[in-house]
Amino acid sequence: MNIVVCVKQVPDTEVERSLVPGDNTVDRASVDGVINYLDEFAIEEGLKIAEAQGGEVTILSVGPAKAAESIRKALSMGAHKAVHVIDDALAGSDALETSLAIAEALKVVGFDLVVFGSESTDARTGVVPAMVAERLGVPQLTLAGKVDVSGSEVTIRRVADDGYEVVTGSLPAVVSVVEKINEPRYPTFKGIMAAKKKPVQTLSLADLSLDPGSVGLANAASWVEDFAKRPPRAAGVVVKDEGDGGGKTAAFLADRKFI
Amino acid sequence: MAEVLVLAEHTADGEVKKVTLELLTAARRLGEPSVVWTGPGADAAQPRLAEYGAAKVYVADSPDFAGYVVAPAAELLASLVASASPAAVLIAGTTEGKEIAGRLAVKTGSGVLTDAVDVTAGTDGAPLADQPNFGGAITVHSTVKKGTPIIAVRPNSVAAEVAPGPAAVEAVAFTASDAAKTARITEHVVAAASERPELSEASIVVSGGRGTGSADGFGVIEQLADSLGAAVGASRAVVDAGWYPHAFQVGQTGKTVSPQLYVAVGISGAIQHRAGMQTSKTIVAVNKDAEAPIFEIADFGVVGDLFTVVPQLIEEIGKRKGL
Repeated sequence: MNIVVCVKQVPDTEVERSLVPGDNTVDRASVDGVINYLDEFAIEEGLKIAEAQGGEVTILSVGPAKAAESIRKALSMGAHKAVHVIDDALAGSDALETSLAIAEALKVVGFDLVVFGSESTDARTGVVPAMVAERLGVPQLTLAGKVDVSGSEVTIRRVADDGYEVVTGSLPAVVSVVEKINEPRYPTFKGIMAAKKKPVQTLSLADLSLDPGSVGLANAASWVEDFAKRPPRAAGVVVKDEGDGGGKTAAFLADRKFI
Repeated sequence: MAEVLVLAEHTADGEVKKVTLELLTAARRLGEPSVVWTGPGADAAQPRLAEYGAAKVYVADSPDFAGYVVAPAAELLASLVASASPAAVLIAGTTEGKEIAGRLAVKTGSGVLTDAVDVTAGTDGAPLADQPNFGGAITVHSTVKKGTPIIAVRPNSVAAEVAPGPAAVEAVAFTASDAAKTARITEHVVAAASERPELSEASIVVSGGRGTGSADGFGVIEQLADSLGAAVGASRAVVDAGWYPHAFQVGQTGKTVSPQLYVAVGISGAIQHRAGMQTSKTIVAVNKDAEAPIFEIADFGVVGDLFTVVPQLIEEIGKRKGL
């Protein structure tokens, strides 16, 4: 089976992140780039399915040159090869444009099963897997807390607020997985060494037969007018518990009409 | 005045989710709200939709919406966008709502704005959305430049306001195309029913962190939540340790909440947690470490042992409610 796991490099979530004043795009330069945390679960799920069903895992990433580090890390976890879609014209693409580039790349690369993390930790739109399924006209098996592949059928548990839905579709299909669906493996030393020799193919917009006018900041359908740092919260009252902490908290809540 | 489509979130028997009323309120700022109702229950809901200002209610009572993953809803909305030329489409910013918004954006070649916490009409009348980014560290003002603006509004962000409207029901014949029926829902398994409010819609959330020490220790969080009529949340550390289910995780990954009151108990307030709750209106924190970053954003904080502070708080709440 040909499994493609889509991976995004995002700014490290453990530090303060911001946008670039001027063009209001995500500041990717001044912060370390890491694999989107939720994509680690997608990589693990792809590897598990390949191990059980046979087949190869290809990492697909759309991003600037810096994204190569994250692609290498995904390979060191055990993926077989990678495709890096890289083109200056893609900079500043919104979700609609990104989903176009991913869908076209998937058509070029070929796939039986596409696996996404449920969202990215930077933009957090959560719309790209659904958009890609729509563009490709294949089953959208998203927000999976469990994935079972049996022959050409894929069945997932789709996580809902009140429980879950059992959803089935036929390959080829798009799957997105939620956090905690599995325990992502750590790259081993051997894996890291092997990753250095694994093939990474780069594709430009021309390779995807995409017009530069269909992607990028200038052609985006959603637009950031401006942004502002959230004003710091006014300093509150902090008391030390001297046997009356619960009572004082209750008084505060009553004062604010919560009780 | 142009129509604004509002996709209703509701139960099968017609109970309207609160977020739908919030969407109606936001929609009135942009034009005349037309509710889009998928599946059964519209008759029971009509008075409620009228109370909150719906001008029209498009009702597509088809079993396809419950039978297939999101694509039928996107298909219905796309056909209504074509026939009604609305000024905008508002959808609840839930995980499923965002997926519908995404598919609709592709179908109509439109820009989509997710996680809006406020929607207003800009100077040209086109919608302007406020979106918290990076867990609320910054707020972005965004617009849509192509197609019909599609906006997913975060539940609990816009205060629902009553404003009577006719809510004239208009039946829409709808059958999903084969292309929208590729992901079949074969079973809906409902977890053990909880009496507590839904996490993303609750006006009070009580969350517990590593300080609770164990799954048993976390019980005190549930007790406090119940005394306040609150939803329960958990930090990633608690979920990682297996003390509480992932569905309740609040943070950068997990749920983002902005209730009127957020009570953080035994949570240090790492950036990953703050990203999911720092837009809460009032924040109360209990933690034994005076240096915990949660106190930097708390309106009221107690430095102390949660296992003495919280039981006393529950008792005080009981006393005050008994008065």
